[in-house]
Amino acid sequence: MKFLRNYIDKIKPNFEEGGKLHAFRSLFDGFETFLFVPNDTSKSGVNIHDAIDSKRIMSLVVIALIPSLLLGMYNIGLQNAIAAGTVETTTWFSMFLYGLVVTLPKIAVAYIVGLGIEFTVAQWKKEEIHEGFLVSGILIPMIVPVGCPLWVLALATAFAVIFAKEVFGGTGMNIVNVALIARAFIFFAYPQVISGDSVWVATESICGLGSDVTVDGYTCATALQNVANGAAPVGATGELLTSCDMIFGFMPGSIGETSVVAIALGAMLLLFTGVASWKTMLSVFVGGIAMSLLFQHTMPENPVAQIPFWQHIILGGFCFGAVFMATDPVTSARTEVGKYIYGFGIGAMAILIRVMNPGYPEGMMLAILLMNVVAPFIDYCVVQSNVNARAKRVTKKN
Amino acid sequence: MGLLSKKNKEALNTPLFKENPVTVQVLGICSALAVTSKLEPAIVMGLSVTIIVAMANVIISLIRNTIPMRIRIIVQLVVVAALVTLVSEVLKAFAYDVSVQLSVYIGLIITNCILMGRLEAFAMQNKPWPSFLDGIGNGVGYAMILVIVAFFREFFGTGALLGFQIIPESFYEAGYMNNGLMLMTPAAFILIACIVWFQRAKDKSLQEK
Repeated sequence: MKFLRNYIDKIKPNFEEGGKLHAFRSLFDGFETFLFVPNDTSKSGVNIHDAIDSKRIMSLVVIALIPSLLLGMYNIGLQNAIAAGTVETTTWFSMFLYGLVVTLPKIAVAYIVGLGIEFTVAQWKKEEIHEGFLVSGILIPMIVPVGCPLWVLALATAFAVIFAKEVFGGTGMNIVNVALIARAFIFFAYPQVISGDSVWVATESICGLGSDVTVDGYTCATALQNVANGAAPVGATGELLTSCDMIFGFMPGSIGETSVVAIALGAMLLLFTGVASWKTMLSVFVGGIAMSLLFQHTMPENPVAQIPFWQHIILGGFCFGAVFMATDPVTSARTEVGKYIYGFGIGAMAILIRVMNPGYPEGMMLAILLMNVVAPFIDYCVVQSNVNARAKRVTKKN
Repeated sequence: MGLLSKKNKEALNTPLFKENPVTVQVLGICSALAVTSKLEPAIVMGLSVTIIVAMANVIISLIRNTIPMRIRIIVQLVVVAALVTLVSEVLKAFAYDVSVQLSVYIGLIITNCILMGRLEAFAMQNKPWPSFLDGIGNGVGYAMILVIVAFFREFFGTGALLGFQIIPESFYEAGYMNNGLMLMTPAAFILIACIVWFQRAKDKSLQEK
């Protein structure tokens, strides 16, 4: 560590005002504070000293995402092997390696495009680099299907960072979740790469890893899509998905969203460290369960309404959204009561969209985006009702 | 007073940029969203609005001293409605396809805020010639934004311009795809916002303190 510190101190003058590499000041600054806690303290006013700053929070979320990412990589290899019919002959390690090779370019593209824009804006506005993209950059590749082309991903990332974040004033000022805006952009602009049944499974071998799927136009829908089409929730093998498959995530889907177990690991870390609010998380599940029970009993003809409530929860992006997206402290409701309302709204809305809208088999993304927009209003109502209640109490006393 | 004195030039120029009806005054947004998914209807719409604003401005300006103040809005509406009906009939006769594409939006020019705004704010106080220039300026200012928005929406949404394929087939074979978002109404919002953003960044006097 000492060596690193010395090295940074040695090259630092180059980046300061008048130095020859001044154009890269924000880049240097970003990396320095990423590696070491900033050394400067506030000069005036009352300060709260806390060991955790936003950079540490972001790093914690990234760590919490790693189990989902790893299992997602393995799942990509597994689905590829199932599609090619080589499950018996492929080891789990080569499946994982294949998934890694497929996923890494996506992560790299998201980070390069997103951070590139962030650094440019920081340099241009002479501000410190915002660290918010650390999480968005890994979330974006995790919520798209494996068949999403890299240029679409780059375009969506650029769109999301510029229009959902920078125009509102950067990290901490955005009103909607940046990663979800990237996904929503792909969803509306290029629906063919994010829905339908030919994008969920990788069908080409890369560098000798994985297998070429020989069937032309191999298709495989997600379980929710199958249900929406009136079929049973079947997996890539054509057999009914077992609960075990659904929970461990061995089914077609977006890269990071399939495995409930991996998401639960991340959720535990987030809850244990207090980064995510258990109130939001819990009420998302309560909302989802309540809504699916309601539909199950009121709409006997609708096939999506008829799958049991626990399948609603473990299929699709419900868990991933509940744990990593809904709890985003920037875009969720801030008041404690508001968090319950906000979470419940997300869960209920997600199931509502799944059941009532035949065009969208998955509703989690739109539900979270909608509630993001409503969150400030929820907060306003909660605060106002508190103000009114207290005002009433005062007038009663007098 | 010359035909294009300084004041008249101002009447023509300011609505193009500094007082642009769409990007600065935020008027006529509804039709700017509705007719801009293709370039052709946007051009026709811009042209129609330009003609109607200019003519209505001249007519109202001519009779401005005889209009009783209490019923001036009704008089203005009658003039605009007559002009809109004329334009609509002409379009139906000579450009039927476009008039079908524009459907109700030609009729809805009557409710376009730019019209009533210019009649109230300019034509009621000014002579016919400056009023005519003001109408042309505002119409062109509106049409300009429509055409810019429609250009991007049609180009990226369908890969064509005015119906002619611009992006070659080889691009599509290489994996390029049309952007479906561009054909939806939100894209018009985003594009207009971008134009407003660009304009405000260029012209500091438009920025709020």
